[in-house]
Amino acid sequence: MSGFINTLLQGVMLGGLYALFAAGLALIFGIMRLVNLAHGDLIVLAAFVLLVTTQSLGLGPFLATLLAMPLLFAFGYALQHLLLNRTLGRDIMPPLLVTFGLSIIIQNGLLEVFSADSQRLSAGVIETDSIRLGAGIAVGTVQLFTLASAVGVIFGLKLLFYRTEVGRAFRATSDDPEIAQLMGIDNRHVFSLAMAVAMVVIGVSALYLGMRANFDPTIGPARLLYAFEAVIIGGLGSFWGTLAGGIIIGVAQTVGGSINPEWQILTGHLAFLAVLVLRPRGLFPRAGD
Amino acid sequence: MALLETRRLTAFYGDFQALYGIDLELHEGETLAIIGANGAGKSTFLRSITGLLPAPLRSIVFSGHPIGGLSPAEIVRLGISLVPEGRRLFPSLSVEENLKIGAYGLRAPGYWSLDRIYQLFPALLERRAAPSQTLSGGEQQMAAIGRALMSNPRILLCDEISLGLAPIIIRRIYASLPMIKAQGASIILVEQDIVQALQVADRVYCFQEGRMSLTGRPADLDREKIHTAYFGA
Repeated sequence: MSGFINTLLQGVMLGGLYALFAAGLALIFGIMRLVNLAHGDLIVLAAFVLLVTTQSLGLGPFLATLLAMPLLFAFGYALQHLLLNRTLGRDIMPPLLVTFGLSIIIQNGLLEVFSADSQRLSAGVIETDSIRLGAGIAVGTVQLFTLASAVGVIFGLKLLFYRTEVGRAFRATSDDPEIAQLMGIDNRHVFSLAMAVAMVVIGVSALYLGMRANFDPTIGPARLLYAFEAVIIGGLGSFWGTLAGGIIIGVAQTVGGSINPEWQILTGHLAFLAVLVLRPRGLFPRAGD
Repeated sequence: MALLETRRLTAFYGDFQALYGIDLELHEGETLAIIGANGAGKSTFLRSITGLLPAPLRSIVFSGHPIGGLSPAEIVRLGISLVPEGRRLFPSLSVEENLKIGAYGLRAPGYWSLDRIYQLFPALLERRAAPSQTLSGGEQQMAAIGRALMSNPRILLCDEISLGLAPIIIRRIYASLPMIKAQGASIILVEQDIVQALQVADRVYCFQEGRMSLTGRPADLDREKIHTAYFGA
């Protein structure tokens, strides 16, 4: 029994990681209807940025993430301002093609610089630490941090969206970009800010991606897939929904993997398909979509 | 000097020409009505002024400065605000948030504030926290007018504010115009329903198929002239 509870807990914690992946994707899609096919690769890119920061400055991964955040924010703003804003319009193909190309460029650029070797962000003792919840049930500290960070990030995004003037501009632009302009909102600036915020979320995702397991330049697209599944399960446009979606995939993967390690990825996708069949618009669809 | 002037203003949707050289003047404190049938170019005219449609720089002059082709965000900051056709409130924002976002581009506070909007339309005060889509049509129209006023515009453009509303609600909304005027805004009303518009307008322009077909003071225009200008001979 405690074995099964442990497995479930592991799945919930893993779900936190997928929710982090999904939150950045949902943020971008929600505001500018941009499907960012390079999202997974941007997470891997950020993980390498953190790797370089930890190694060159001799810092722990948490401090390195804090330090990299302004850099990631600026990078996100510039990426949207200089490149992605030019692709947005009535046609949905240009952004898809450009972010697909960006995904390939990031992967090959990282391969060129860092080779295909597996890397890891080493966090010292907390990597192996765990917290005992009694009766043979324990959770890893990093795992717990992952879930807590996911909840924190989603809570923070909610505050940003619903309690600030910028958040109001985000929602207005998402609702009706044409009328938003008539309010004095510069849509392009709003989009760039959104991508900048998304890059910060990507930085947090990268921290846990790198601390929990090995990563190499080619693993981005699979992370994109999990993020997509979590967003769609949650229902487009709901931040708490992405957390639920992430947890459903995480639990399905962990439970599947505990039965047979080969089933891990498969059961995650099956859970996604099952939700699509039962609730095609996701668990928490936004009214009017 | 006119507050707003268009000079041979043209507008296109791709290859389709919607306006063929409109010359119009709005003076400080004036209320203009633009009337005309469906597809006459009335809304297109407002879209050009607000920057939603491209226009040659010198074809629109606001307070002596050419503004044609500026971005909508720049134009609203200069002091021209639109109440769009169909209200177009932001569905994921509450009523109060819709009003607040109207002041997004505002640099200096003016007469119109949240409190003053609630004084103008007390019905909105009770519904301030409600999602904007749960409002009745009339309340939505009041919120849309309030949202446009929050930027303290010098010119308020109103596109079909009586569309789809009961006559009693239309009268209530039109009753707010004198108060808006009294705070210094000049108004351009675009209407298909000409009765209300003619009552409040100082001057009337009638559009027909992208051209000006008639202009004058309401008192000088008889029904037959308007009918001809509206529908064509």
